[in-house]
Amino acid sequence: MIEIENLHKAFDGEEILKGINYTFEKSKTNLIIGGSGSGKSVLLKCMLGLLTPEKGTIKYDGKPYSEFTEDEKKDLSKQIGMIFQGGALFDSMTVEENVMFPLRMFTHRKKKKENLERVKEVLKRVNLEGSEKKLPSEISGGMQKRVSIARAIVNRPKYLFCDEPNSGLDPKTATVIDKLIQEITHEYDITTIIITHDMNSVLEIGEKIAFLKDGVLAWKGDKSQIFQTDDETVTDFVYSSNLFQKVREAQQKGL
Amino acid sequence: MNYLHSIGEYFLMLKGTFHRMTKASVLKGLIIKELDDLIIGSMGIVAFLSFFIGAVVALQTALNLNNPLIPKTLIAYAARQSIILEFAPTFISVIMAGKVGSYITSSIGSMNVTEQIDALEVMGINSLNYLIFPKIVAMLFYPFVIAISMFLGVFGAYVAAVLGGFVPPDLFIQGLQEDFIPFHLVYAFIKTFLFAFILATVPAYHGYYMKGGALEVGQASTTSFVWTSVVIIITNYAVTQLLLS
Repeated sequence: MIEIENLHKAFDGEEILKGINYTFEKSKTNLIIGGSGSGKSVLLKCMLGLLTPEKGTIKYDGKPYSEFTEDEKKDLSKQIGMIFQGGALFDSMTVEENVMFPLRMFTHRKKKKENLERVKEVLKRVNLEGSEKKLPSEISGGMQKRVSIARAIVNRPKYLFCDEPNSGLDPKTATVIDKLIQEITHEYDITTIIITHDMNSVLEIGEKIAFLKDGVLAWKGDKSQIFQTDDETVTDFVYSSNLFQKVREAQQKGL
Repeated sequence: MNYLHSIGEYFLMLKGTFHRMTKASVLKGLIIKELDDLIIGSMGIVAFLSFFIGAVVALQTALNLNNPLIPKTLIAYAARQSIILEFAPTFISVIMAGKVGSYITSSIGSMNVTEQIDALEVMGINSLNYLIFPKIVAMLFYPFVIAISMFLGVFGAYVAAVLGGFVPPDLFIQGLQEDFIPFHLVYAFIKTFLFAFILATVPAYHGYYMKGGALEVGQASTTSFVWTSVVIIITNYAVTQLLLS
């Protein structure tokens, strides 16, 4: 479980996060949604320790991150998997080497055989058997995302962070990636935090949803609630998509 | 103020580079890769430039030697002095600022733009150590490149001067040995080590702290070349003042 209390973050005097309070639930897909510039990515980077907040606390299993020692931070990073928006795969490494990378960095050289087995296992899980020796530039965007997922889960993490995991993908592939993340969340009992502005993802996999607007937590709830709320801040965003607008109109007409 | 901030940030980067070391077995592989990219990969252009610049230095000296009272040995003497003291260590380093420097800036800059550096940090890896330390270690071999450059420069001078019929071989060899001060070699290699460190770290700084996209990677490479050259030239002046004057 990850708890966020009164989180503030500013850049050059401009406040991006204005006192966020939220709890990300264990073994669930927690979605953070909101428009561009709402502070989603900044919140994620603060949680990952890539940015230091001005004020507030981020607690991992009850312990504030600011009180972690260097060793504890290192241990925590082994429990974190991250899927970046663009995949962030290492260009010079093959698919297999990319997935092996976190294992290689933190396990003994003698465990190479076990590590290879584990890499094969996760590549099979994300349906990438046969692509082990390919470079990231030789595979499609959807495959790159799957490699990124494999790399994120290879260490059996407790927390999985995803920054717009289906951006740049066609709707079908995006749905496949969404489903895969949801399956992995339940299969590995992971606390998953997904940043997205894609309402299809909300519909597909959103178990707990937090809506950010202008650096403030404007709404929280679950998938069923978000399509029923009358809160204008949320409906403006949710029904900004033509498809969802039409679905809503159809519902209102009783079709 | 911006310059002061950048200088401070550069030294903080250096501090971070020697902190939280990456696993030795991983570093070994990275150092070998950097040796191949930075040192072995530069040999061809260094050899080509050194040979022909050495030849041109000898030709220019020979062609401007109109006074019959000046001995022909001066051709070899002038070539040796200019190659050992300045051409090989400094001129080649400025060229390396373009070749090696822009490679370092663009490779680290691309990793920055595509969030690969963030990926390293999230995995608990000190990205500064992982990316920059192997480059610094590989560049410790840079003096070998300069030694080869010195040899080929003098060889080029020999070929141009002797085969061009400007000086007989024995006089050239005599000129090469005339008034030789071994400390000049020490001076040349001291500054080569300093230049090697500058060549590894200044471009790395420009790549690591750049912001933006692909266009900015290109701009960072250009800026990196300019600043690496400036730092090399200033360091050259300071070292020469300290060691030779």
